[in-house]
Amino acid sequence: MRGNQFVMFLLASTLVAACSKSEAPAPAPGAAPAAPAAAAPADDKGPIKVGILHSLSGTMAISETSLKDVALMTIEEINEGGGVLGRKLQPVVVDPASNWPLFAEKARDLIQNQKVAVTFGCWTSVSRKSVLPVYEELNGLLFYPVQYEGEESSWNVFYTGAAPNQQAIPAVEYLMGKKGGSAKRWVLLGTDYVYPRTTNKILRYFLHSKGVTDDDILEKYTPFGHSDYQTIVADIKKFATGKRTAVVSTINGDSNVPFYKELGNQGIKATDIPVVAFSVGEEELRGIDTKPLVGQLAAWNYFQSIDNPTNKAFIDKWMAYVKKNSLPGGDKRVTNDPMEATYIGIHMWAQAVEQAHTTNVDAVRQAVGYQHFKGPDGFDITMDAENHHLHKPVYIGEVKGDGQFHVVWKTEGPIKAEAWSPYIPDDKGKIANWLYPWACGNCTAAKFGGQAVTASK
Amino acid sequence: MTAAVSWSTAHAGPVPLQDAIDGLASASDDTITESVTKLGALDDPRAIPALDALMDDRLRLGADSHAYIWDSKTHDARDALTGQVVNAPRPLKEVEVSNEIRRAADPVLAQLHLGSPDAEVRLAAAKALSTAGSDQAAALLHRALARERDPKVHEALALAIARVDLASPDPNARLAALDIIARSANDDFLSTLQQMLAPGDNGAPREPDGRVRAAAAHARDAIVSHQHLVGFVGELLHGLSLASVLLFAALGLAVTFGLLGVINMAHGEMLMLGAYATYTVQTATHGSRFYLLAAIPVAFLATASVGVLLERTVIRHLYKRPLETLLATWGISLGLIQTIRLIFGAQNVSVANPDWLAGGVEITHGLVLPWARVGVVGFVVVVSAAVWFILQRTRFGLQVRAVTQNRAMAACLGIPTKRVDALVFGLGCGIAGLGGVALSQLGNVGPELGQSYIIDSFMVVVLGGVGRLAGAVAAALGLGVINKLLEPLSGAVLGKILVLVFIILFIQRRPQGLFALKGRLET
Repeated sequence: MRGNQFVMFLLASTLVAACSKSEAPAPAPGAAPAAPAAAAPADDKGPIKVGILHSLSGTMAISETSLKDVALMTIEEINEGGGVLGRKLQPVVVDPASNWPLFAEKARDLIQNQKVAVTFGCWTSVSRKSVLPVYEELNGLLFYPVQYEGEESSWNVFYTGAAPNQQAIPAVEYLMGKKGGSAKRWVLLGTDYVYPRTTNKILRYFLHSKGVTDDDILEKYTPFGHSDYQTIVADIKKFATGKRTAVVSTINGDSNVPFYKELGNQGIKATDIPVVAFSVGEEELRGIDTKPLVGQLAAWNYFQSIDNPTNKAFIDKWMAYVKKNSLPGGDKRVTNDPMEATYIGIHMWAQAVEQAHTTNVDAVRQAVGYQHFKGPDGFDITMDAENHHLHKPVYIGEVKGDGQFHVVWKTEGPIKAEAWSPYIPDDKGKIANWLYPWACGNCTAAKFGGQAVTASK
Repeated sequence: MTAAVSWSTAHAGPVPLQDAIDGLASASDDTITESVTKLGALDDPRAIPALDALMDDRLRLGADSHAYIWDSKTHDARDALTGQVVNAPRPLKEVEVSNEIRRAADPVLAQLHLGSPDAEVRLAAAKALSTAGSDQAAALLHRALARERDPKVHEALALAIARVDLASPDPNARLAALDIIARSANDDFLSTLQQMLAPGDNGAPREPDGRVRAAAAHARDAIVSHQHLVGFVGELLHGLSLASVLLFAALGLAVTFGLLGVINMAHGEMLMLGAYATYTVQTATHGSRFYLLAAIPVAFLATASVGVLLERTVIRHLYKRPLETLLATWGISLGLIQTIRLIFGAQNVSVANPDWLAGGVEITHGLVLPWARVGVVGFVVVVSAAVWFILQRTRFGLQVRAVTQNRAMAACLGIPTKRVDALVFGLGCGIAGLGGVALSQLGNVGPELGQSYIIDSFMVVVLGGVGRLAGAVAAALGLGVINKLLEPLSGAVLGKILVLVFIILFIQRRPQGLFALKGRLET
């Protein structure tokens, strides 16, 4: 009798958990009101609609909310400068609520019903993989602003975040070097989904190529939103006895807070076991007491602490925008890498639209390749027309007591992204090149080669 | 004027020390590292404030290329050697340190601290030197050992010396070192010992002396068995800590669902409200050290009054209609989440651990229990005891038990059943609010906090046996420990799944849960 009741609770509670995630919350204060569902079709006189697809609630809200804010700021900046093609940009903000299938639904809604010209959005790779078929089916255009695992190049996506050779590989090389502490053992710790799994696969092959054996690699995964890191931190401590050990963290979202808290409480210092994170930046550190984390590392293509006039202007603009719209957090708000990538992405798209003289996706796509933009990271950033990725500089920073980063290593200039990792044996020879005669994101021979061309679908 | 005077006296004094300290405030990492090494060779404890300031980002480089210590509270610059407030020539440039410098400075600081009058400081220094430090520090360690009176520090120093002696050419020194290491069972030495025992390039063992090899093997075994013990005890303690979290999530539900039989899907939101009450108190008291203590009654009263309000307005109309209660409380849960989103925003809010709950206690080498978790375990014991006392030893508790066992008879005897219902529901919600205070110290506080605990809490209550407080305690303890014992074997993801499968099988075999209510009325 009681047992039957229990089965009912289980059913009901899973149902509730599933449903409550898919209910769409009201837009956060400060968000532009979403346009009504039945919008008039885009004409050549009215505003150009631009979709913004970031989680404003759920486990990823900690990271994605500020991307929505910076996108709105950039759109406002462009509008104040006269808009694009003499037309204003009109942002359409939706909240996929850290729910991966909902990302696909919202993306379809943006393209089909809202008729947006372009979408800026997604953080986790699982959300990008979820919307990818939608953009490819409907020939939409997506700018993805976050570092990711590579192994992808889509005709419909421009990647303004780093590929593994622009973030993960240099970070591991740094920790192997004398300056980074000559690590001999590696803990690959991540949230359980495609980005950490693929990145760690690449890193494992990379470490093998550097002579590290499997005995010296510990790979661990936790679910999204995991909050009990006692056992994992104890395991790391045990694994680290003897050999110099470094932790490579691909933990995403708000799990980082309990993870770093546990590290601090258990007394692990960066000089003993350095932790390099690929998804922790200034924004994620905002919610934590950074004193115990001083010296822990992050690898990015931009830090707020980079000193150059472009970055100063970018930060000033952001702080003024935060103040004007009284965004939560106020003067404690910060800039970070994905925000910079969002900013560059929107500007590059606007430049391409000006150049193509239309918002037509096919024309704009051709124009986005080769676009230049003076980035807050201090370099003239170029979009690679071949693989749809940005050329980016790499910075490695250590956490300071004030939650900012002290840059301890950087590349001399921007480096080209490798969409397909040369370290994975299965991917050897794979090419992402959207220019003639290749015209594909994943092939080993040119599509329009000299010989008989058989379209291999 | 005073600045000029203090400078001239400083210059007249220890020139190499002054130079080395000024070298700490350099733009070049190499110069800083060099100066740190120099300070180690000088072995002058007067360099401690400057090194401390370097590690805490408080060291500044003045326009006269001297080092100054910046006091961010008073906005004063102090002379790095004398500690006097001076009028430092601006601009003062921040000195940034990297891990490379910290790794060089840690052993030097520890070495300088060996002469400290405070035994605690000496102990920490000796411990730091037992894992790192230059070989030239060996002579200093011997000197420190000779004058050390405190037994704990003595032990740590002996271990630090043993680390150096392991590489000694004298086999007797190596034997003595291994004896100390075996007794300490400190696992930092494990890989060194393994290397000693492993065959070298020519096939012969790296360690030439057979006696030393036997001692090394003994020390290694001692370390490994200690590691196993620590690992096991650690897992049990982690399990206990997880159990306390589960129990906090479930305790309130054990009252509302267990005693009243209300399937309260908004129970998770009561936890969430408690956590947000903690946040509100923290903000209102501007992060005072003791905000957490103030948050306890506030969270209890806030959630309890929400609970009473819910019972009076919604739930009392739905007794004996479980399906409707389920749907209504689910709706309430969504409403509460959205309300909190509108008030506090969809983002997580940051609830800081007060300083007396930060850090942890080292039980033995390699096993640290964070204070926050110890605090939660202690708090849950107190709250469970209080709930038990209220239900078993007070007049109100007697009325509650009477109403839950036989409502009609209780009403006949003049017990105000409706008031009792409302108060019990309020009590359950209030306890959940206390759970929220505790959870805010361990995890994230966001509008969806409750969603991640609701399944766990039903799990604990049903497994323990509906209506039994002791059952909830036993179930939480069992689930916590099993989960933590499974986690290292199967990983965090699979571990969770295995626990769920186990519960389903258990409930199939024993639908009444661990502890069943016995009595004539149950049949």
